[in-house]
Amino acid sequence: MAKSRTAAGAKLEADTGLDLLATMWRIRCFEERVAALKRAFKVYGLIHLSIGGEGVAAAVCRQLRDDDGIYSGHRAHGHAIAKGAPLAKMMAELMGREGGVCRGLGGSMHLVDRQHGMMGATGVVGGNLPLAVGDALAARVRGGDQVTAMFFGDGAVQAGTFAESVNLAALWELPLIFVCENNGFAEFTSRAEHSTIEQVSDVVAPYGFERETVDGSDVPAVWEAFRAFLDEARGGRGPMLLECLTYRRRGHYEGDPQQYRDPAAEAEWERRDPVARLQAHAVEQGWLDDDEARSLERRALEEVKDAERVALESSYPDPSLAAELVYATEECRPA
Amino acid sequence: MARELPYIAAINEAIHLEMARDDTVLFYGQDVAPSDDDDFVKAFSRDRVRVSPISETAEIGMAVGLALAGYRPVVELLMAEFMLVAMNQVVNEAPRLHLMSGGRVKVPLVLKAGYGFTAGWAGQHTGSIYNMFCGIPGLKVALPSTAADAKGLMATAIRDDNPVCYLLHYLLVLEHGDVPEGEYLVPFGKAVVRREGGDVTIVATGWTVGRALAAAETLAGEGIAAEVIDPRTLNPLDTATILASVEKTGRVVLVDQGTPHGAFSNVIAAGIADQGFSSLKAPVKQVTALDATVAYSEPMEAYVLPNEEKIAGAVRQVLGSAPVAA
Repeated sequence: MAKSRTAAGAKLEADTGLDLLATMWRIRCFEERVAALKRAFKVYGLIHLSIGGEGVAAAVCRQLRDDDGIYSGHRAHGHAIAKGAPLAKMMAELMGREGGVCRGLGGSMHLVDRQHGMMGATGVVGGNLPLAVGDALAARVRGGDQVTAMFFGDGAVQAGTFAESVNLAALWELPLIFVCENNGFAEFTSRAEHSTIEQVSDVVAPYGFERETVDGSDVPAVWEAFRAFLDEARGGRGPMLLECLTYRRRGHYEGDPQQYRDPAAEAEWERRDPVARLQAHAVEQGWLDDDEARSLERRALEEVKDAERVALESSYPDPSLAAELVYATEECRPA
Repeated sequence: MARELPYIAAINEAIHLEMARDDTVLFYGQDVAPSDDDDFVKAFSRDRVRVSPISETAEIGMAVGLALAGYRPVVELLMAEFMLVAMNQVVNEAPRLHLMSGGRVKVPLVLKAGYGFTAGWAGQHTGSIYNMFCGIPGLKVALPSTAADAKGLMATAIRDDNPVCYLLHYLLVLEHGDVPEGEYLVPFGKAVVRREGGDVTIVATGWTVGRALAAAETLAGEGIAAEVIDPRTLNPLDTATILASVEKTGRVVLVDQGTPHGAFSNVIAAGIADQGFSSLKAPVKQVTALDATVAYSEPMEAYVLPNEEKIAGAVRQVLGSAPVAA
């Protein structure tokens, strides 16, 4: 069995803990506003939210450098924000505006912010797993200490790309950390309906690399487990798999009627909400008092409000870009 | 200086030269460099030359990840059919990321695969499925028909900033031809007139170029001057060269080794109908494979494929010297 870890054994420094908490509030406030803007028809297309999973995004991405690549799936807002994507560019992207991270051409499922190492998201479950292998292979060929992190859900584990990618990463010992956000749902159905293997970390057992399952709403535990893997990967070892047991507090997509929900699980995960939990931990540790804690949320709300204003001021991209950007040419080489 | 080389050696020469020229070019795939004695391994080390497991989806997806990280991978896929197991990577990832990122990333990679191996390799190794890769915005498709083009198109494919399906024809791999030494690039989107003639335009690709030239030779004996055009790349397609020839001849036969529904010749025919209709003196005729999976048995292979006789017959029809089939 894979190791497991609890908060009792994991410690955060105050600075780190507060940075993670602030990051999680930014993601939470951003996504709650996106949900409202979606209902108001100001955010345009298909939206998948990660509310309830912010702890994993923050604890992983805040330990990475800009030159470390991450890949994500279709639920990628939190990963991009935690990696450094500015909220205004994120909001503009979801509104299909020129000021977006992808100039409005990618949208929620295709976020790229290369400047901060957000290499890509995808609308196809499991589609990006081999791209992350390529990113880690690039790091290996280049010879530096860059590390790649691949975020995917438990639904991707049953896709063929998972077996192929895990095998290659293990075979070539690539500096790649697979981060599984096991939220118990693959789109609209539970994990039990998709596989006989409950823990994703057990799926990779035969490959012999390090793996661990943690409570994904226990932010210090995620942080510490990822820290240990990251140190190893910086030293040229890999791959590793970190499974974070988490929960998706919204539907698969915004507008999902969610008839598959279990009210008891809802209540349990509300109690285990990672933002509230880390905030309580922070107050308990004396990193801040209740007033200061509330101001973290307020600051995040202000920032989201500003982001929304800037995004709304951004124009729509010239429709002719849709034809101009089909092929990369000498003239439009990206920086 | 040019010297004779087989088509397959010309391809390898191009990859070798590009790897020597640019450190970011990587070469990997199934059965690439099985021993350390391999020329590529000796020249470029196992870091840049790798054998991959039989994992087409990961091989191609990994190439996309490498390309986004600044490399130019060439992936050996052996058979075009093997790309079918990785269609999400070929169709949805590689060619779309440049646009979907607002032009902020580029994906230079080459998917090298063979097609059309009608030598008893039966239904899953013989397909001419290049048409499947032609309707995808962002994906280029090159089909070399000579040893020189095999070299020049590969070099161009590697230097291109976009994903390229480089499809070599398995019946041509041992065909020799004059190949220029050293750096040699054949531009994409530039067709070549393989034989000039004023009576009829034949457009053919890959292995069918040779069949079309043989038919043209036969027809010359009948007093018919056929012009044979090889587009060399289907995306981008040099429509201008084809239209200029049609304007001169007014009659067209399009040869395609693929099956007729959705064959690439359909696309060329539509382009001529759209932009060259007033030049036409006869209906455009397409000579394709039959609408069938290529069967194993040798006489059946020949039955379903286009050949010199079928091409020459089609030319006679558009010239009115043979009855047009109902």
